[in-house]
Amino acid sequence: MSKITNILVCGVGGQGVMTATEILAEAAISLGFDVKKTEVAGMSQRGGVVTSHLRFGDVVLSPQIAPGEADLLIGFESAEALRWSHMLRPDGVALVNSGRIVPPVVNLGLFDYPEDPVAQMRALGLTVHAFDASSLAIQLGNIRLGNTVMLGACADRLPFPAEVLRDAVLARFGTRKPQLVEANRGAFEAGRRAVGGEALAA
Amino acid sequence: MPVTQTVPAAARMFLSGNDAVARAVWEAGTRVAAAYPGTPSTEILEILSRYSGLHTEWSINEKVSMEVALGASMVGARAFCAMKHVGLNVASDALMTMTVTGTEGGLVIAVADDVGMSSSQNEQDSRYWGRFAHVPVLEPSDSQEAYAMTLAAFDLSERLKSPVILRLTTRICHVKGVVHTGERIEVEPKGFVKDPRHWVMVPGNAKPRLPTMFEREAAARAQAEVTPLNFQVDGSDRRIGFVTSGPTFMHVREAFPDAPVFKLGLSCPPPLESLRRFAATVDTVLVVEETEPLLETEMKAAGIACHGKDVLPRIGELAPDVLEPAVRRLRGEVVPEPEHVPAQQVFPRPPTMCVACPHLGVYYTLSQMRNVIISGDIGCYTLGAGHPWNALDTCISMGASMGTALGMDKGRGKADENKKIVAVIGDSTFMHMGMQGLLDITWNRGNVTVLLLDNRAVGMTGGQDNPGTGRDIHGEETTRVDFAKLCEALGVKKERIHVLDPYELPVLFKALREETKIEEPSVIITNRPCVLIDHYQPAKSYTVEEDRCTGCGNCVEVGCPAIHVTRRDKVVKASGKEVDLSFVRIETSACTGCGLCVQPCAPEAIVHADPVQSVQSVQFVRK
Ligand code: SF4
Ligand code: SF4
Repeated sequence: MSKITNILVCGVGGQGVMTATEILAEAAISLGFDVKKTEVAGMSQRGGVVTSHLRFGDVVLSPQIAPGEADLLIGFESAEALRWSHMLRPDGVALVNSGRIVPPVVNLGLFDYPEDPVAQMRALGLTVHAFDASSLAIQLGNIRLGNTVMLGACADRLPFPAEVLRDAVLARFGTRKPQLVEANRGAFEAGRRAVGGEALAA
Repeated sequence: MPVTQTVPAAARMFLSGNDAVARAVWEAGTRVAAAYPGTPSTEILEILSRYSGLHTEWSINEKVSMEVALGASMVGARAFCAMKHVGLNVASDALMTMTVTGTEGGLVIAVADDVGMSSSQNEQDSRYWGRFAHVPVLEPSDSQEAYAMTLAAFDLSERLKSPVILRLTTRICHVKGVVHTGERIEVEPKGFVKDPRHWVMVPGNAKPRLPTMFEREAAARAQAEVTPLNFQVDGSDRRIGFVTSGPTFMHVREAFPDAPVFKLGLSCPPPLESLRRFAATVDTVLVVEETEPLLETEMKAAGIACHGKDVLPRIGELAPDVLEPAVRRLRGEVVPEPEHVPAQQVFPRPPTMCVACPHLGVYYTLSQMRNVIISGDIGCYTLGAGHPWNALDTCISMGASMGTALGMDKGRGKADENKKIVAVIGDSTFMHMGMQGLLDITWNRGNVTVLLLDNRAVGMTGGQDNPGTGRDIHGEETTRVDFAKLCEALGVKKERIHVLDPYELPVLFKALREETKIEEPSVIITNRPCVLIDHYQPAKSYTVEEDRCTGCGNCVEVGCPAIHVTRRDKVVKASGKEVDLSFVRIETSACTGCGLCVQPCAPEAIVHADPVQSVQSVQFVRK
C-alpha cells in the first residue's frame, strides 16, 4: 500500500474548519486519490472544539488519524493547536493561527488560557509555523477569509502543487459567490507568503 | 421556498454516509421518507427533501415517522424512515408490531448509533433491536457500502417481506468518502390489499402471524450464510482472525493488513456456520464490534471460541489506535510507549449558546432564582446546565422534563417542601413527547411551572421546521400550532399561560416569580426565534463605555459569547469583603443588539455602538 497523507485540521466551531477540510479533500479528489474525511465534533457549531481528519492516498481504509500519525496539523486557533499537538508525527509540521478565541469558561475565570501555546508546542520539539491569520484576514477585509489564509499557508506543504489547492478554493467561491473570488485569491497568497511560500502566477 | 436541486446522474461522488444513504433511497424508487431530526442521522432526510419524485417529511417523533413509512409500505410503495439510536426506543412500539405484520413495499429503517457519544445522552447498540424484533440488520462500513447496502436493504425487505434495519454509526454518517452512484428506478406501488388478518393486529389475527415471523427469520439466516454482503478477506498472519461488523472492518484492515478478516454486512441473524468454518482456519478469533459484545455472545453460544470484550473496550469507538495495543496484548507482546508527544492539558471548550440566543435571558433569569429545582430536556437549551448559568438540575430524554418534574413534585419530602419546581422544554421537544407529560401534570394537579421555549426551530440539529414554525421540510407554509391554545387544551388554565419576550428580563423574572408561587400548573411561553434561522432580525450593536464600567461582571453572567473580560481586579469593600471585578468589552462585530446584557448593567455602561444612546437599566434582586 502506498503512503497515505494524513492532515488534521482543528479549531473552534464556527471558524470554517470543516469547509477548509472539504476544500483540501476536493483538491485531493481532483487528482484521483482515494479520500476519506471525518469530523470529531460534539455539539461543535456552538463554539466547541472541532477537529477534522483528512486522509488521502491510493486506498484509504480507516477514516481516522491515530495519535502521532498526522503529517500536517493545521491549527485555526492557537490553544486548539496545542490541544491536538499529540496527533502530529514527531517529524510533521504544524501551521498555526496564533490568533486566540477565548471561551466563556476562561472569561468567567474558571480556567486559564495557556500563556503561549506556540512556544509550548515548540518546547515539545515540534516544527511550528505560526502567524496571526485572524488579524491578516481582518486586514484583508473579512475575518471569514481566515480559512482561505490558512489553506494558503499549507499550500506548499502538500504532496501536490499549490495551484491545485488554490483552484479548489477558487472553484468553491466561483460557483457560489463570484464576487469573493478575488478576495480569496488574495487571502490564499497572503497565507502562503506568511509562512514563506512563493507567489503563484494568476 | 421549495429547494429542488438537480441531482447529477451516475457519477463518482464525494459523499458522507448520510448523503450516500439518501442517494440510494432515492435511486431505489422510494415514495415516502420520514424522520425526526437527530444527530448523527439528521442530514439523511434533509438531503432527501431536495430530491424530487418522493414525499419527504419531518414527523413529530420517530414513532410517527415509522408509522408513516409502514403506511406507505402497506400500499406497496417503497418507504424509508431514519432516526438516531434513542429515536428507535421511541419508535420501538411501532417496530415490534410491524415485525408481526411484515411489510409489502420495501421498508428500510436507518438507525444511527452515536458510538463515542458526541452529542447524545447515552451510547446504545441498536443492533439489539434487530434481535428483539427478529428483523435483519445490515451494517455498512463506509460511504460506498452505505450506498450499496441501502439498495440491498430494499431488495432484502421485499424478498423477506420484513422491515430491514440499516445500522449506521457516527463514523459512517459523518465520514465522507468516494462513492460510485447510479440512477433512480421507478417502482410502482402494488396497491393496498384489504386483508384484516394481515394488517389488523388483534390477538386473533396476530397469533397466526407469529410463525410467519420466525419462518422469515430462518430465511434471513439462510441468506446471511450465502450473501455477498458477508465475506472473508484472506491474510497470511493466521495468529488472529478478526470478525468485524460496520466501520470496525476498516479499522482492522488498517491496523492489521496481513490478518484474515470475516466481514459481516448482514450481521443479524449472524451466519454462524460460515463463522464456525472461518474460526477453524485461524489460531484465535477476535470479534471487533461497537459497542456491545453481541456477536461475541452469539458465537460463544454456538460453541465458537472467541475473544472480544475481554480484551477490547466496551465503550466508544474501536479505531486503529485502540485496537492495536489490545491485540498486541492478546498476542502476549509487550506494548511499547507511543512515540509521539503526550496529549497536552488545555482548558475545556464546551459548546456555548449563540450570541444573542433567546435562551440566554431565560437561563440568566433562572440562575438568579433561589430555591428552585429545574427539570431540563433535550435541545440547545440543555447547554443551560453549563457555565455561567448552571441552571439545569436534570436531563433524561426527549420530553422527560415534564414527567420528571411531576414526579419530583409528588415525591418530595420535607427537605424540598419550599422549593419551586420548574420544567424547561423547547417547542419541538414539547410536540415530540412533552405534550403527554404536560397533560399528566394538569390532570394530576402537579405544582409545576413550565417554561416552553418556543424558538420556532429544532435548534440543536440545525434549525429544522416543525409544526410550531408553520413550515414543512421544503420551507412551504402549512398549519401552525398555537402553543398557548394547545396548553389550554391540555388543561392549563388560561390565566396561567403567559406568552413573553425572553429579551425582557424583568418581565420574565416577575412572571416566573409569580407563577412559581401559585400552586398549580402554569406555562410561560417565550416567543423569540433562534438566532440561526432566517426570521431573526439583528438590531444595532452595543459597546461598553470603559470609564463607566465598574467591573461588576453582571453582563458576563448573561453568558453571551460576544462579551469578553479584558481585565480582572480585586477590591476590598468598606465592609471588609473582598470582591472580584471583571472589566469587559463587547465584540461589536458579533453583537446583534438583543439588549440582554444591557439590562443587568447598573451603571449603564453598555450603550449603542453608534450613535451613543443611554439605555434604561434594571436592578436584579436576588430572592
Ligand atoms: S446586546 Fe449583549 S447579550 Fe445581546 S448580543 Fe450584544 S453583547 Fe450579546
Ligand atoms: S454589567 Fe456593566 S458595569 Fe458590570 S461589568 Fe458589565 S459593563 Fe461593566
